[in-house]
Amino acid sequence: MSESRFAVGIDLGTTHCALAYVESAKCEGEEVEQRMMPIPQLTAPGTVEERQLLPSFLYLPHPDEFKAGDLSLPWGGDPARVSGELARRQGTNTPIRLISSAKSWLCHPDVDRKAPILPPEVPDDVPQLSPFDASIHYLTHLREAWNGLHPFDPLDRQEVTVTVPASFDPAARELTAEAARAVGLENLVLLEEPQAALYSWVNDSVGRWRHDVKVGDIILVVDVGGGTSDFSLIAVTEQEGALELTRVAVGEHILLGGDNMDLTLAHVVKQKLKKNGVELDRWQLQALTHGCRIAKEALLADAEREAYPVVVPSRGAKLIGGSIRTELTRDEVAMTLIEGFFPEVKSSDRPIERSRGALTKVGLPFAQDPAVTRHLAAFLGKQAGATEDLEGFVEHAHWASFLHPTAVLFNGGVFNAGVLRDRVLHVINQWLNAEDAPPARLLEAHDLDTAVARGAAFYAHVRKHGGVRIRGGTSHSYYVGVERSMPAIPGMEPELHALCLVPFGLEEGSEPVMAPQEFGLVVGEPVRFRFFGSSVRREDQVGDLFEEWNEDEMEELEEIQTQLTSERHKKGEVVPVHLRAAVSEIGTLELTAMPIGREDAGSAWQVSFNTRGKSAED
Amino acid sequence: MTDAKPSLSDRLEPARKALVVVARFVAHWLMVAARKTWVVLTRLPIAVYSFVRALADADYAHRLTQLYIDRHSSLPSAPAPAPAPLAPPPPAHSEPAAVLESAGPDSALVLLSLLQKEGRFVDFLQEEVSGYSDQEVGAAARVVHEGCQRVLRQHLSIEPVRQEAEGASVTLAKGFDPASVRPTGNVVGDPPFTGALVHRGWRAVDVRLPKVASSRDVRILAAAEVEL
Repeated sequence: MSESRFAVGIDLGTTHCALAYVESAKCEGEEVEQRMMPIPQLTAPGTVEERQLLPSFLYLPHPDEFKAGDLSLPWGGDPARVSGELARRQGTNTPIRLISSAKSWLCHPDVDRKAPILPPEVPDDVPQLSPFDASIHYLTHLREAWNGLHPFDPLDRQEVTVTVPASFDPAARELTAEAARAVGLENLVLLEEPQAALYSWVNDSVGRWRHDVKVGDIILVVDVGGGTSDFSLIAVTEQEGALELTRVAVGEHILLGGDNMDLTLAHVVKQKLKKNGVELDRWQLQALTHGCRIAKEALLADAEREAYPVVVPSRGAKLIGGSIRTELTRDEVAMTLIEGFFPEVKSSDRPIERSRGALTKVGLPFAQDPAVTRHLAAFLGKQAGATEDLEGFVEHAHWASFLHPTAVLFNGGVFNAGVLRDRVLHVINQWLNAEDAPPARLLEAHDLDTAVARGAAFYAHVRKHGGVRIRGGTSHSYYVGVERSMPAIPGMEPELHALCLVPFGLEEGSEPVMAPQEFGLVVGEPVRFRFFGSSVRREDQVGDLFEEWNEDEMEELEEIQTQLTSERHKKGEVVPVHLRAAVSEIGTLELTAMPIGREDAGSAWQVSFNTRGKSAED
Repeated sequence: MTDAKPSLSDRLEPARKALVVVARFVAHWLMVAARKTWVVLTRLPIAVYSFVRALADADYAHRLTQLYIDRHSSLPSAPAPAPAPLAPPPPAHSEPAAVLESAGPDSALVLLSLLQKEGRFVDFLQEEVSGYSDQEVGAAARVVHEGCQRVLRQHLSIEPVRQEAEGASVTLAKGFDPASVRPTGNVVGDPPFTGALVHRGWRAVDVRLPKVASSRDVRILAAAEVEL
């Protein structure tokens, strides 16, 4: 196949998608010029406009809702599924037909992610899609937009990087890769979003980054997007005299983002109006949220301003008589936003977890504590020993209760506000100061909304043409649960042991690893294993067996399953196998069951992640 | 002797005269040719420029294609650097009759519906304001201002015609474009005119209206809403 002309980065975000690209032939050394693709999308019925971002919303219209032809895109498109600006707008009035945050559902462990479940809880005649299909739809939109712009260089013949949150588990990564393959993207790699943000920073600096960081630096990437917060730690190491970046830890999946903040402000103003006897309906609350976002941005940008007016227009045509005027004050923004989402906490504080009431319906597992800084404290505390094994790093001070970052890079639309960047940096520096560590530096980033897509395009380029790379491998070690054989004791669960299948930091494309233990699999019957992951157990080696472990260290993930079908074996026969693990070039974890004695590729069975959720098993 | 036998010069006289005539004739035509060539040569830079730019710039080539093949009336969003159109120039002695074209209503309606969608522009103008207090009108005006400003920023690039500050003294050279700068007040004599800049003027540098599907009825500025 001929060399691809473009390197493409796709940011498949919770609230927005973006596509950036690099024309490889036009790049010289570290001068990599990126461009954002304008994405044609419906902004009103019968109106197509190009925007830099594609809102990740999918609207499933009623057949009589729009005129035939009013929903067609330059490439035709599917009139039964609308994505982008029109979907978002229409969804504010008709939320039962709107799919939002499909990506968060993609890593929801309790649902079948390939079953039509979105929008959740709707009347029978409203069509539903699976989170997986929604992702395919956004990718298809981007592919068609690209192919319209570059008819001679279709997207499936370019080098493509798709970003995923660093906190995505192996199953969600696999689903993302599968969705990308479903739209024909074969030259594909996955990249973690905080890494993409760092790549974007590296590229924007055009080589100067080597002066901004030094060996021994630990860069904390704080990425607070529209719907999720994502943390990563990246260490600066040295290899043969050249600076190298190594991702040493990633945070947990936290469903908390900028949209929560705007909504919170709107509720504050709503309560204020309620005191004056003004009740708002859903439509007006939406308009209020929009007004609060503008007021928030104005107040955060201008420290002199004490208040900013917010007007909720009437829904009817009487604009002047029916509008509600109020204002958002500096104190309200400071109280709700800065104190609510970025409070000054101690480094020993942890997110507050309320016990949930009995949930009657399945929803997204939103973060219960809105304080980003507390989540950050928990992450740094948990990863206190993340750099212990790293060469060239000063031994971590034994009194340190959390990992001391030396530099901070912000990403995500929330941090367009300088006040919030300063606040987070201030809180981190207070923690550092309390432990007599030097303050962390701020790494200046540009255009936080598109940095992930641009960083991904840069990565797609340097993978082919050489350049700085962030090493890291798997961000977790993975274990399979093994039951000890013992006589059944009524009322007692059989003891569970964890067998390490994948060590921490297994790099993509490296030699597969295989635990020496044998498993007996029954041919013809589906076999399931309990599966665990740990983001802190860095020393465990393949084949290590653990009888007990700390609850915080390991979390249970989706089950893995396999079904042995073979012409060589009789149904019901027990075949001894080894479990082998590898990280594919794409960046997904691949598990295979290798029959003992015939370890050739042809007789191996794929072990897949059970993405059908717990409910499907009962 | 000399009379009977004309000198050599006399004998050559007719030929010389003929030569002069021929020379004058040739010189005349050379002058004409040179002038014509010069006229053509003055167009050489723009011809080369258009050729090179059309090769290098896909947008430009597309605009030229629109000009030649689709017969668009003007180059959209660009100061016309193109060679003269193919149509013969109008006779020099008569003033060209102004061609009055009525602008198609479609793009105006599209812009109006955008202003309504984002800034409730039509609602605002259709309402009788005299019965309301300035406070109420002002509150509504914020919605209109914020929304309409967003539309202008998104769909048009607008810049002042004159970059000087208002009140500054400006001089209009001979041959200024009266469409972009309008002299007012004591307009007598010949340019250059000097005066104070009262208004900087606005120029739409770029218009980026959305593409509209043929099925859309652009006369609907805002659909009626029925909540079920």
